Amino acid sequence: MIVVEKLTKQFKGQVVLNGIDLEVKEGEVVAIIGPSGSGKTTFLRCLNFLEEPTSGRIKVGEIEIDGSRPLNQQQGLVRRLRQHVGFVFQNFNLFPHRTALENVIEGPLVVKKMAHDAADRLGRALLAKVGLAGKEDAYPRRLSGGQQQRVAIARALAMEPEVILFDEPTSALDPELVGEVLATIRSLAEENRTMVIVTHEMSFARDVANRVIFFDKGVIVEQGEAKALFANPREERTRQFLSKFLTH
Amino acid sequence: MEAGFQLALDSAPFLLKGAYYTVILSLGGMFFGLLLGFGLALMRLSRFKLLSWTARVYVSFFRGTPLLVQLFLIYYGLPQVGIELDPIPAAMIGFSLNMAAYACEILRAAIGSIERGQWEAAASIGMTRAQTLRRAILPQAMRTALPPLGNSFISLVKDTALAATIQVPELFRQAQLVSARTFEIFTMYLSAALIYWVLASILAHLQNRLEDRVNRHDLES
Repeated sequence: MIVVEKLTKQFKGQVVLNGIDLEVKEGEVVAIIGPSGSGKTTFLRCLNFLEEPTSGRIKVGEIEIDGSRPLNQQQGLVRRLRQHVGFVFQNFNLFPHRTALENVIEGPLVVKKMAHDAADRLGRALLAKVGLAGKEDAYPRRLSGGQQQRVAIARALAMEPEVILFDEPTSALDPELVGEVLATIRSLAEENRTMVIVTHEMSFARDVANRVIFFDKGVIVEQGEAKALFANPREERTRQFLSKFLTH
Repeated sequence: MEAGFQLALDSAPFLLKGAYYTVILSLGGMFFGLLLGFGLALMRLSRFKLLSWTARVYVSFFRGTPLLVQLFLIYYGLPQVGIELDPIPAAMIGFSLNMAAYACEILRAAIGSIERGQWEAAASIGMTRAQTLRRAILPQAMRTALPPLGNSFISLVKDTALAATIQVPELFRQAQLVSARTFEIFTMYLSAALIYWVLASILAHLQNRLEDRVNRHDLES
């Protein structure tokens, strides 16, 4: 589903990503963990070109983009790729001037040119799916962080993406709101959707992801089956990092 | 005093005719100024250096020189290079070009104040830059831009008095003409001032109503 080859990203002379190779299969849930500044968020943002890679190749489904060519020379391709790749932001980034429903159907209406009544039905169904039936006409400001993030997830789903990327989806939430968002993501995992999740929620990563990837200093230090990696990390750096989160 | 009041009434048709030109110049200057200013703001935000640099120089010139000088340049100066304009078109062009510079800066700042996450959210669902601007950025930027745009519009209404210097028979010019004939200087200029005040007050009121409308998603649930 996703193939990444030798992805590098340099920023002002600093190497943020140093030759990342990764393959994500259809239906797979991959969690990316690692200390802040390890490049995991940058990597995720490179996958749908919110961040411009310095070099490397990214392939999603049938669409392949050469990261070493300037992005503004292949904008059409990037836009096509983005329609297949949903993205959920740490800070939700809902459109504040649009209601929950309008946020969800913006993509189908404007990008896919879907008919308004069809988009409306889709949007209502998706809001119900993330547990927000009845909030269709609420503006984001009137919703809690957890509700806003679930609207954002519905907005990503509305494009019927082949893969959804989550960038620390619960990091901006009050602790008591984390659970509802994680439950929503968990239910998506149960539908065998392909997802890549950057997260600090270790127990969530262990329980929901098929595979966990540990990032540090711009490289993949270690990866493996989720439960095995948490139970038995091979690398010293992984052990050190995990010891701060989990007490066995 | 009674005579003054009578004179104000008698000269009302002259002043109202002047006020008509004042309104036309204000509306026209605002309309074309906004249009051009929006184009300039897009140029200013463009990736292409030549475009953004051109807009920057334009704004610098029209904000850095007196409006009066700009009007003289257009009305008295351009005929020397073969472009002759009647007073009203000359004034309209002058006010539009001047307003465009201010509108450009206001719109650029308002667009720039929208956080990057909004651009990214729109990009992440596959929207083009133009779609993002139209659907996500501008509706939000307008909330920020409306108060300063309204202020500029009110300034413009008052600045149209400068058109008196290039023979436009607008409100101030009419007041000048009548007072020169009747020597009721105080009455005439006071009448003109009151009409400017009424016009500006109407605009301020409309501005407030518009701001409330644009901000409605803050208020409603």
